[in-house]
Amino acid sequence: MVEFSLPSHSKVKEGKKYKAPEGADNIKRFQIYRWDPDDQDNPRVDTFEVDLEDCGPMVLDALIKIKNEIDPSLTFRRSCREGVCGSCAMNVDGTNTLSCIKDIGEIGGDVKVYPLPHMPVIKDLVPDLKQAYAQYASIEPWLKTKTPPPPDRERLQSPEEREKLDGLWECVLCFCCSTSCPSYWWNGDRYLGPAALLQAYRWIADSRDEETGERLDGLEDPFRLYRCHTIMNCAKTCPKHLNPARAIGEIKKAIVQRK
Amino acid sequence: MSKAYKVIDHTYDVVVVGAGGAGLRATFGLALKGLKTACISKVFPTRSHTVAAQGGISAALSNMGKDDWRWHFYDTVKGADWLGDQDAIEYMCREAMPSVIELEHYGVPFSRTESGHIYQRPFGGMTTEYGEGPPAHRTCAAADRTGHAILHTLYQQSLKNQAEFFIEYFALDLIKDVDGKISGVMAWNLDDGTIHRFKAQMVIIATGGYGRCYFSCTGAHTQTGDGSAMVLRAGLPLQDMEFIQFHPTGIYGAGALITEGVRGEGGYLTNSEGERFMERYAPHAKDLASRDVVSRSMTIEMNEGRGCGESKDFIHLHIEHLEPDVIAQRLPGISETAKIFAGVDVSREPIPVLPTVHYNMGGVPTNYLGEAVQPVNGDTDVIIPGLMAVGEAACVSVHGANRLGSNSLLDLVVFGRAAADRCAEILVPGAKQQDLPGDAGDSALDWLDSRRHARGSYSTAELRGEMQRTMQAHCAVFRTEELMAEGVNKMADIWSKMDDLKISDSGMIWNSDLVETLEFDNLMAQALVSIHGALERKESRGGHAREDFPDRDDTNWMKHTVAWLNEDGTSRFDFRPVHNYTLSDDVDAVPPKARTY
Repeated sequence: MVEFSLPSHSKVKEGKKYKAPEGADNIKRFQIYRWDPDDQDNPRVDTFEVDLEDCGPMVLDALIKIKNEIDPSLTFRRSCREGVCGSCAMNVDGTNTLSCIKDIGEIGGDVKVYPLPHMPVIKDLVPDLKQAYAQYASIEPWLKTKTPPPPDRERLQSPEEREKLDGLWECVLCFCCSTSCPSYWWNGDRYLGPAALLQAYRWIADSRDEETGERLDGLEDPFRLYRCHTIMNCAKTCPKHLNPARAIGEIKKAIVQRK
Repeated sequence: MSKAYKVIDHTYDVVVVGAGGAGLRATFGLALKGLKTACISKVFPTRSHTVAAQGGISAALSNMGKDDWRWHFYDTVKGADWLGDQDAIEYMCREAMPSVIELEHYGVPFSRTESGHIYQRPFGGMTTEYGEGPPAHRTCAAADRTGHAILHTLYQQSLKNQAEFFIEYFALDLIKDVDGKISGVMAWNLDDGTIHRFKAQMVIIATGGYGRCYFSCTGAHTQTGDGSAMVLRAGLPLQDMEFIQFHPTGIYGAGALITEGVRGEGGYLTNSEGERFMERYAPHAKDLASRDVVSRSMTIEMNEGRGCGESKDFIHLHIEHLEPDVIAQRLPGISETAKIFAGVDVSREPIPVLPTVHYNMGGVPTNYLGEAVQPVNGDTDVIIPGLMAVGEAACVSVHGANRLGSNSLLDLVVFGRAAADRCAEILVPGAKQQDLPGDAGDSALDWLDSRRHARGSYSTAELRGEMQRTMQAHCAVFRTEELMAEGVNKMADIWSKMDDLKISDSGMIWNSDLVETLEFDNLMAQALVSIHGALERKESRGGHAREDFPDRDDTNWMKHTVAWLNEDGTSRFDFRPVHNYTLSDDVDAVPPKARTY
């Protein structure tokens, strides 16, 4: 018999509600996913009212304010707070993004904050990214050469060759793209996902790298590469405005062209 | 207490704490040398704050004009206001060229010149002909995201060399033998809540700076100098902690960094009258004077009523006049940051900026090989067995009283590698290690447990905010006896309130309330020795500017401050002489002279 309802322990329940302090008149409601591995309770969504008059502009500012002033147990990753380290990736207002550069003012209505979708949750907004990291490592993301480098000078690369890396090397490994991809949700164990493939192409595109053939061999697989169905969620969601879908297209093209 | 926590034991040749630029360079260097190495980090390596470095890494490659590592040496000695150890500075500047070439060979996507070489831009305090010539093009850049490019490449090399990582492990404390040797580290795995005891022949601290002592800093939330605090708790000293660099151009309000490379590419600062005031303070170098000079000049402008905006509390940074191509190719990152955090389109309007806490020149005292040292009974360079430090956590000291921009990425790779090489020289892979003392790590667990169950009246965020505001108000760009003495009293008050801390999460898995509390303990320890050291040093030098002692005093103060933290929150001081000599005859030590730009 097919079970159509979710297992009872996975249902997200309504959580606690925290009212804004008296006199606050620029109130924004934050609905935040909570799950504590140390108790047996279901996940819940807590609602926090935040006075925006006394809060920084970004979603991360509000999360920090909630943690500092209302509920210190609220758990999320954060570090650079300027969009370069990739720690605070989460689902905000229905889209994966870095909460430190997501302006609260852009969000109409209540601000819904969930962990990155379809990843195991460790606690609250902290997902387990081990699989994504392992996939990144699996594409062997380092320069591979057969000819030895000049002993005391750099390898030469023209500005035009170097420009081919723009839009690839800036990836911060936040995995907003991979965790927004329905194909990755379904086959995340075997499909590398847009983040790892963007990095795979970063090395294919590098004029200094001499193992393009081997790299393409490693990717040419019905699952690792070809589970990309050009859905384009990756390009739409990338908080750094990169385009993994285009990079994947370039990989596919390179495989066709070498035949 | 240890009985209440299950402890998982590990044995390695070397344990590196921290996975930023220095920690990673050391880690894969050690792996390459065949030493069994563990790298412990509280964040995934590419989240470390090296990723946020923008402008570049210095090396006299002469790709864009004549250059010489001896000029780089001279500039660094002068930038350090003669508090840098010249043997270490010689080592760093000479090793700069092969180190940067090595990074390129590893795959760092440097920007390029038309001839295909690494692109180099001017940076503050970097000159030619021993300060007499035009600005040097010495800072090797990957657009304005050089730290990202280098950190990711170093992590990639670590993967290639199969280094072992313990990621999202929070290091708690050093383990010290009865005879004073450092013999391991205690750590807490956030992912599953387990406690780990690492035994090692050598522990390398690479945990970066402690900018979060201040209310406004360019540094990450995670920048809490945990390793340096571990060193203090082990009864060992830190050096030159009063020297804290304010970067001239943090974005007004948010504190996010705008690289000095902006001025290297032709950007400039103006006051409310539209005047390019740096021409008055530094007629030769102007906007490319070193950071302490520019930050002080900006502060004077604001104090004298020439700040911009209604409250006259910021300065304008202009790049509107630059070619759109230059902005797009060389400064794409800060264009985005200025848009996001200041709402500014840099091609049309100036960026509001403010001197913002950026870098700690102080740290664990080391020699140029990375070995931690301390003064003992008049011998000022006694090696602490089992302990090394690299990167911002260390005080080699190559930056002295003020670091030059683009010398920190250099410091990371040069001394990260030096530490790995030194370990290979003095350690035997797989050598049998003594058993740890039976109570090894107990004090760390006592600390963790007491904080975990703290149910007093002050939240961590409350006291941390008090500390940050106190340091911001009482130990900033300009300092006086009166102001700092008041600050010391306030800090003592906060210290006493820490017995009454309250935390509300008692789990062991990803208890970030507890992490932040332990980090706050770490910040407090370092903030205390910093402000105590600042009060102690009665002169002005580099980043330490005393209004009541406006001049540099080489007779009494050309020496490193070495500070221990006492159990009651006070500090004890000793001093180490500055190394006014070089390693070789290839370059002469630079005797102190007046420092003008």
